[in-house]
Amino acid sequence: MLDQTPSKLSERSALVVNPAKTCQPVGAMYAALGIHNCLPHSHGSQGCCSYHRMHLTRHFRDPIMASTSSFTEGACVFGGKPNLTKGLTNIFEIYNPDVVAINTTCLSETIGDDISDIIRGAKIPEGKVVIHANTPSYVGSHVTGFSNMVKAMVAYLAEDTEVKNNTINIIPGYVEPSDMKEVKRMMKLLNAPYIMFPDTSDVVNAPMTGKYEMYPKGGTKVEEIRKSGSSKATIAMGSFASKDGGYELESKCNIPCHVIKVPMGVKATDDFVMKVLEITGGSVPYELEMERGQLVDLMVDVHNHYHNKRVAIFGDPDIVIAMTELVLSLGMKPVHILTGTPGKEFDKTVEETLKTYGETAEHVKSKGDLMELHQWIKESPVDMIIGNTYGKYIARAEDIPLVRVGWPILDRVGHSYFPLVGYMGAIRMIEKISTAFLDLRDKTCSDEDFELVL
Amino acid sequence: MAVSKKDLQSKILDAYPASVMKNRKKHIIIKDSSEIQEIQANTRTIPGIITNRGCAYAGCKGVVIGPIVDMVHIVHGPIGCSYYAWQTRRNKGVAREGGKSFLEYCFSTDMQESDIVFGGEKKLAKAIEEAVEIFNPRAISISATCPVGLIGDDISAVAKSAQEKYGIPVLSFNCEGYKGVSQSAGHHIANNKLMLEVVGKNDIETKPFSINILGEYNIGGDEWEIARVLHKIGYNIMTTMTGNSTYDEIATAHQADLNLVQCHRSINYIADMIEIKYGAPWMKVNFIGIEAMSKTLRDIAEYFGDDNLKKRTEQVIAEEVAELEDEIAGYKAMCDGKTAILFVGGSRAHHYQGLLSEIGISTVAAGYEFAHRDDYEGRDIIPDIKLDADTRNIEEISVEQDAEKFHLRIPAERIEELKSTVPMSVYKGMITDMPDGSMLIDDLNHFETEVLIKALKPSFFGSGIKDKYAVQKMGVYAKQLHSYDYGGPYAGYRGAVNFARDVVAGMFTPAWQYVLPPWKTQPGLVGKYVEEGEA
Repeated sequence: MLDQTPSKLSERSALVVNPAKTCQPVGAMYAALGIHNCLPHSHGSQGCCSYHRMHLTRHFRDPIMASTSSFTEGACVFGGKPNLTKGLTNIFEIYNPDVVAINTTCLSETIGDDISDIIRGAKIPEGKVVIHANTPSYVGSHVTGFSNMVKAMVAYLAEDTEVKNNTINIIPGYVEPSDMKEVKRMMKLLNAPYIMFPDTSDVVNAPMTGKYEMYPKGGTKVEEIRKSGSSKATIAMGSFASKDGGYELESKCNIPCHVIKVPMGVKATDDFVMKVLEITGGSVPYELEMERGQLVDLMVDVHNHYHNKRVAIFGDPDIVIAMTELVLSLGMKPVHILTGTPGKEFDKTVEETLKTYGETAEHVKSKGDLMELHQWIKESPVDMIIGNTYGKYIARAEDIPLVRVGWPILDRVGHSYFPLVGYMGAIRMIEKISTAFLDLRDKTCSDEDFELVL
Repeated sequence: MAVSKKDLQSKILDAYPASVMKNRKKHIIIKDSSEIQEIQANTRTIPGIITNRGCAYAGCKGVVIGPIVDMVHIVHGPIGCSYYAWQTRRNKGVAREGGKSFLEYCFSTDMQESDIVFGGEKKLAKAIEEAVEIFNPRAISISATCPVGLIGDDISAVAKSAQEKYGIPVLSFNCEGYKGVSQSAGHHIANNKLMLEVVGKNDIETKPFSINILGEYNIGGDEWEIARVLHKIGYNIMTTMTGNSTYDEIATAHQADLNLVQCHRSINYIADMIEIKYGAPWMKVNFIGIEAMSKTLRDIAEYFGDDNLKKRTEQVIAEEVAELEDEIAGYKAMCDGKTAILFVGGSRAHHYQGLLSEIGISTVAAGYEFAHRDDYEGRDIIPDIKLDADTRNIEEISVEQDAEKFHLRIPAERIEELKSTVPMSVYKGMITDMPDGSMLIDDLNHFETEVLIKALKPSFFGSGIKDKYAVQKMGVYAKQLHSYDYGGPYAGYRGAVNFARDVVAGMFTPAWQYVLPPWKTQPGLVGKYVEEGEA
């Protein structure tokens, strides 16, 4: 497994080997699916759309529908306007969505198609909405694409009003439908009215009913996104995926934006709850306080399963930042911390988080790749890897347990239904981490050390 | 069947805007053997239509080049294209003794905005240098993505200079995603280059009964199962193109005595070129399904005409079939009378029909995603295919007889003689094997899939990941015939059993019984509160 990877770090400046990121459009497509009755549309070669749909479908095991401008060589020479104009007509006639959310590709960006202009010239049926985000694949990563599409939702739809109400806008970040649902549950418990967008819950984890619904029940309604301009505040979860949308609301509709970490782990969840209280002036119901207490109880009970274990964490920046804090709160040692997404803010935030716990890591890096992570691990081994499915090759090569967290997870199920955010999500993380170590112990220890109670 | 296919065809077309209807009409036919039928294929996808098609890059790097195990495949472009073609197609492979495999790896130049503005050639050259230094591969490929062609990076010049500098082959592929109308363009771009720059470059000592398997990509280990049987009979496989192949093995392809063409779509032209240049003829084979497998083995033996080989072939067929007969019969008893719709590839929608019928499932509608007319109608119509602008943009190569390496394997008269029983240079297309009244649909799209499923209510839908879950939501078992739902192999004898077993599992998994909750299917419970003592 990965036999060709040298154990000594290889200096590279041009060749990326085994990336820890992908391109913008797929993130934009995922965000767009979080709008109710929305068909994402990819403006470029049909291969992009195909790849993005395949990848999202593999992760969610659910239909991911999106259309494409199907560029040919001619479109590259003469521009993609006819393709998009015709495409929009066909989409509304055949698939009848309420919203079409267009993302660009490196192709249409390189030839310089002006999407706003094309939309203005297109025939859009009354009551229907077309929005777009520029998502050049050669800038940022899939997380940037998600962020850009969220920003586009605000730019196109949010309506500024003079009078604001008590609602809190929640931009949940590039997380699972289960996570979005859990955040909504917590908001209800906190008695805080909210508008969450995007919201992919009940869209990409739709039920089996014997009847196919092209547009499932979930997703934020356009009306809600419009109303987000009248809210009292915005909570943007995860600086990389949600901050730009939150700031767009701030500048467009004068709504204060609070950027917090994705609430994974006791500390980040506490921060989230405190932020909501700060905005609403409300109080925490016993139910939520009990969940928190249960989490901390478990943290004490099983700390010996993972305390001081060395861990490598990789994936999307907001998730890795949250996971770093989560493992620190468990008493583990994050040793190698990497994201493929570019952004010095990542390094800074991770370093600060480490400092809070009096720890330092051996490596913290944004814009890195998995070959580099692997070589770090070869040089300075860890007890566990936390990251997405792509970590399984390193995990197998080095015989280290992998706890699957983040996007994509292509080889296991559960992420659509069981959240990692909130106090309950942290309990699930502990279960995953503890189980991984104990399974390993049960599998590898000698017979005389094999124990019933652990 | 309650729904007439004509009505179904109208139902699909009537829902379309006029221009879409006009276009799609030519892609949908109902088989009628009393007339010569033409289907439109390999034309542009209509913008806005939810198609299953991919791009030239996917066909080139993803399908044809990617499976070569000992090459470092560098994708020149923004990160996505390389990322999505990384470990997703299930083309299995292993390093040869003392050699290397890079199948677990993904290599990209990860082009940034500055590369798009100022050009990416330097970065590409540097990436090749780093690949050579770190990995020292047998050869390197460079695949271009959309922006590379637009900004005019000369990847073949970079490849040429790297080849000279490092002394290893560096192949460049201008397979930008916008080229052609589907993956098929990429297959051509990839195979043409392999034909021109690799095949014929390595001469080794040959053994009797040497063959190549063309258009087989070892998905789920298919090639290994095929090879198991071929080796058992006594054949020597020079190379597969390109499943589990190495650079040096492909370079020996010219030495084989016969080329077996599995996926007609992706490689038939290469088989033709090898015949013209090096003299080895080709035959159309089908390793999918028990009867098809046996027929293919008999055809190969007939070509070689060796009595021992023929005898051995019959022995092996008997052995292999005996091993699986009972199990297949059991599956057939369960599936008899069920129907299937197949929409996959440029060959599989045809190949799997025989295997399905062996377990009692008949195919009522089938289509390809990226095929050409000859894959539907047979090779005879190739001269009649009009080349459109999109096709003309893909380089056509032609070859001449190689003065040194050409030699006839068997006399031309013998080939003509064989043609009466063996498909030498012949493919009759999918339509020949489909019954009257069945539907053929080219480039089936999401809307048409929904209409078809609702109207025909098949028990089995064989397609890809993008439509799998939509179809299953409608209560119909959908199996990925690109990736086999991570099972397989499905080729050959043991593959046929694997397939049948998986199909039965998919159709009969108890979950289907629970799709509708009891409160929707049972009359409400009518209860009566009974006072104590009253009864």
